[in-house]
Amino acid sequence: MTFEIIIALLAATVQSGTPILYATLGEIFTEKSGVLNLGVEGAMIIGALTAFIVARFTGNPVLGFLAAGLAGSLATAIHGVVCLGFQGNQVVSGLALTILGVGLANYIGTGYVGMSAPGFQPLAIPGLADIPVMGPIFFQHDPLVYVSYLIAPLLWLFFARTRFGLGLRAAGEYPAAAIAAGLNVAAYRWLGIMVGGFFMGLGGAYLSLAYTHLWTTNLTAGRGWIAVALVIFAFWRPGRAVFGAYLFGGIMALQLRLQASGTQLPSSILLMLPYVLTVLVLVLSSWRKGTSEQPGALGVNIEPVD
Amino acid sequence: MRVWKALLAVLLIGAVNTAYGADKEMKVGFVYVSPIGDAGYSYSHDKGRQAIEALPGVTTSYVEAVPEGPDSERVMQNMARKEFDIIFATSFGYMDPMLKVAKQFPKTVFMHCSGFKTAENMGNYFGRMYQARYLSGMVAGAMTKGNVLGYVAAFPIPEVIRGINAFTLGVKSVNPNATVRVVWTKTWYDPATEKEAAKSLLDVGADVIAQHQDSPGPQEAAQEKGVYSIGYNSDMATFAPKAHLTAPVWNWAPYYTKVVEDVRKGTWKSEAAWPGMADGVVDLAPFGPMVPKDVQDKVNAEKAKIVAGTQKIFVGPIKDQNGEVKIADGVVATDPELLGMTWFVEGVVGTTK
Repeated sequence: MTFEIIIALLAATVQSGTPILYATLGEIFTEKSGVLNLGVEGAMIIGALTAFIVARFTGNPVLGFLAAGLAGSLATAIHGVVCLGFQGNQVVSGLALTILGVGLANYIGTGYVGMSAPGFQPLAIPGLADIPVMGPIFFQHDPLVYVSYLIAPLLWLFFARTRFGLGLRAAGEYPAAAIAAGLNVAAYRWLGIMVGGFFMGLGGAYLSLAYTHLWTTNLTAGRGWIAVALVIFAFWRPGRAVFGAYLFGGIMALQLRLQASGTQLPSSILLMLPYVLTVLVLVLSSWRKGTSEQPGALGVNIEPVD
Repeated sequence: MRVWKALLAVLLIGAVNTAYGADKEMKVGFVYVSPIGDAGYSYSHDKGRQAIEALPGVTTSYVEAVPEGPDSERVMQNMARKEFDIIFATSFGYMDPMLKVAKQFPKTVFMHCSGFKTAENMGNYFGRMYQARYLSGMVAGAMTKGNVLGYVAAFPIPEVIRGINAFTLGVKSVNPNATVRVVWTKTWYDPATEKEAAKSLLDVGADVIAQHQDSPGPQEAAQEKGVYSIGYNSDMATFAPKAHLTAPVWNWAPYYTKVVEDVRKGTWKSEAAWPGMADGVVDLAPFGPMVPKDVQDKVNAEKAKIVAGTQKIFVGPIKDQNGEVKIADGVVATDPELLGMTWFVEGVVGTTK
């Protein structure tokens, strides 16, 4: 492999990691508030379709991007109604959201397959793009990649440095204590679900507006599930999520480039790599359970207080 | 007197029968695996459906995006129960469900595309797409500057391998120094992965991207990089007007019309049909404006030979990747050999695993 190919590989790593990064950060936000949402895939695909339709009819990809976030929030609001409103089982409700989201998006989206919509094009950042090595890897992408660079540090700041973030974490760690301290835990959890869903929707929008500029059934192709696994890999930390998402994106990009450069390794083995890594990640993270930062009350519903 | 009456009755019944036969409203159903808007595989079958819909006395209907397996069985059963005369199912995974339904409804004609099983009332059919792929390979081989061509492929099954081989033979017929690099995605329709696969080929220097996939993802990648592409299934020029050289395409209208007419006349027999360019089932999409006239002429001349049956494409000597002669000098590969092809010809870089 030559130097240019390695640079191209790393640039592709950032691009294929970006949709997973949005979704992983969304799921971290939701889980920090104590709600487990397995409906990431559903929220993502609804976001992808909404982004495409809105961009197509308004001609404005930015509106499409924002609409995708709102659609993601709306989709996960269903999860909120079930888990927060009716104390339903979070695992079952999340799975239902995935099935509903994928089915609904494919049903509504059938008529839009094969159409085109305005999307985001690569936009080199003046100055930064010319830095050797770093420039082509990080600063010659579409604007949505740059937005994703900002979200992880912002989330870190929110969790670590703001009262609001502390309240959200309290709702996820020890809701009883949070209630005793006078916090509105249900409101924090609603916030966790809705904001998390917003990011998941943005991840979907990345697929239909930037990665490709088209809509098709099953566009997300399982990326939402990888995001769920990555949250555990990341120990619920936004910084590690960036690392994890790029690791996965990198492996996806690498296996294709290994094939292209004429390796004799069977493609089945190479295609297995991202999933082997998923399993390894889950095993390794459960070994380190003692140091895991899983929110204490993750997946546990809060009983209504009389 | 009685004899005369009987004779009249026979004549009358005969007349009614013929009249019935000619005017009988034919109901034809189609089952597609993907949405028809995909500009791809199902879209091309639906073009064929529209052609027979235009025939007098034929009504058609279709169900799109039907998952392979039990769902498809239900859809076909439903059509058979509504007394459809012919049911076309156009994806490999519909084969066994269709065989099951065909046994339950012996009066309905079932047609399965791309499989290998037949029954009394169920035929199978596919097209010799490799003929058009050979021609598209000639175009790609003439247009490449770096002598590296990229091929984004779905699954290592004989249908796809045969296509890559025919493409490579076409490339090498005009440009013996060129190689074809293959990347498998193990997807039929995942635009993001398929686009990424095309980009990985562009990164290693490919300057024409061909594909055996249903999404236009690879076309987009080629256009963004400013190089050329070869589409598949239908004219994909709308997705990448600056890159799209041509595409091997399906044209099911003539075959579907023939099947409908055969069934109407009662001459339809179950068989395994493999029509090709001579029957008009496969073709090459119009050339992009960047393809020079002399290349177009050369390809059109070769196309005429394929239609005439003098160019069989898989004619020895053909060596595999290791340089071993697989098809001996002067020997034409038989259809069973083509249908079971699991090795790459010389000039392909990649594995069939």
